[in-house]
Amino acid sequence: MGLAMTDVSVPKISVRGLRKSFGRKRVLDGLDIDCDRGESLVIIGGSGTGKSVLVKCILGLLYPEAGSIRIDGVETVGLPRAARERLLQKFGMLFQGSALFDSLRVWENVAFGLTQGRGMERHAAKEIALAKLAAVGLGPEVGELRPAELSGGMQKRVALARAIAAEPEIIFFDEPTTGLDPIMADVINDLIVKCVREVGTTAVSITHDMVSARKIADRIAMLHQGRIVWHGPTAEIDHSGNLFVDQFINGRAEGPIQMEIRAA
Amino acid sequence: MLRFLGTIGAAFLGFLAATGRLAVFAGLALATAFTPPFYLRAILREMVNIGYFSLPVVGLTAIFTGMVLALQSYTGFSRFAAEGAVATVVVLSVTRELGPVITGLMVAGRVGAAMAAEIGTMRVTDQIDALTTLSTDPLRYLVLPRLIAGLITLPMLVLVADIIGVFGGYLVGVYRLGFNPEAYLNRTHQYLETTDVVSGLVKAAAFGFIIALMGCYHGYHSRGGAQGVGQATTYAVVSASIMILVFNYLITAAFFGR
Repeated sequence: MGLAMTDVSVPKISVRGLRKSFGRKRVLDGLDIDCDRGESLVIIGGSGTGKSVLVKCILGLLYPEAGSIRIDGVETVGLPRAARERLLQKFGMLFQGSALFDSLRVWENVAFGLTQGRGMERHAAKEIALAKLAAVGLGPEVGELRPAELSGGMQKRVALARAIAAEPEIIFFDEPTTGLDPIMADVINDLIVKCVREVGTTAVSITHDMVSARKIADRIAMLHQGRIVWHGPTAEIDHSGNLFVDQFINGRAEGPIQMEIRAA
Repeated sequence: MLRFLGTIGAAFLGFLAATGRLAVFAGLALATAFTPPFYLRAILREMVNIGYFSLPVVGLTAIFTGMVLALQSYTGFSRFAAEGAVATVVVLSVTRELGPVITGLMVAGRVGAAMAAEIGTMRVTDQIDALTTLSTDPLRYLVLPRLIAGLITLPMLVLVADIIGVFGGYLVGVYRLGFNPEAYLNRTHQYLETTDVVSGLVKAAAFGFIIALMGCYHGYHSRGGAQGVGQATTYAVVSASIMILVFNYLITAAFFGR
């Protein structure tokens, strides 16, 4: 295990043959993907193609039916509860709807993983929380507010501050710019790039916002019908030669991707 | 005929599966009580929510229940000249049955629904998943404090309801029906035994656990946005109310069934 954690040739995240169904609908169908340490990988794909399911499987929030998920070379599918809790300390997550705790003040939200998850003393955790809020452009006065008092863009920034507060090795971003105006979306993109590049964190983002994907990704992968149908450097996406990717990035209704009108 | 039996069988299997899921949920939540971290502040907060903020509604219900009981007992017993038993009937009925059951049902409506709505909203807005990603076990952080608070607080609340209910009976007995105050109080504790109060408190502890369990279980497993949360709230109150009545019989039978 120790060898795997220090071996830089081992991908930070390695997913092989991942399958996950809900009822009769197969969402992930033998998915393979790797993400190297320090890399910013963006997974694109239409709504309902299983992008969030993939991330939830990696986090252990959903259990796959088959396949392997390795973090630092260590298999994580079927980990016992205690080992899973230790593993989770490597992760940070920014949820699509921010998922801030309504009953807590903003700084308590940001410090939550430190105080509850790692047992840090409240005063020390508050200092870190205020520093992280400053890193995403929010002053200490915001820390005393409740999440309901913030705009959508500010909530995303707080959620970002919470995701990076414990300085995790891997951060997942689920639709980080959805529902934001273009300017605020660009602010969030800049913050993600800053947080990820400066700290050297591994980042996995899922989005269907191509502006965001081009800005934050080192590498882009396209998910369709439960599999990765293309992946490559961000610079190559306009010349991928893949019909699925071309249709998606150009936003055309005609093409090999037929949108499902009804959920299966 | 086979189809009819099949329907009954499927319903029974569904009931067993639901009972099993509920038992596993409760077991997993209770198992977190034996290892740190312990969220004592969360337990205290829930005790205040369940106990202190339920006092007005429980007090009002209890006093009117005691008053009606005294009035009804008097009109019934006067038909065979047994009016003297009113005080005894009031105190036994309130401590053994009405105190815990009425309090349980009122708290199920007030607190069980709120628990299901709060945890259900947390579920559909990904806050429970967020807890997990922040290395915090949602069962330990959200469910266990509520179960413990329900278990501890309901008996306290029922003790208060018992006192207020008996006082309601006293008010009607003395000021409406003309009983001698001293004689009424003497009759109140003359036939009251420790078991009468203890059985009510045991019921209260069971009801508190049931209310918290059903609120947490249905909230935790809610799906599908606002409609799912609304449904979870309804299920929490209805299932807790039914279970309170079932367990009321079972505990009564255990204490007094001969």
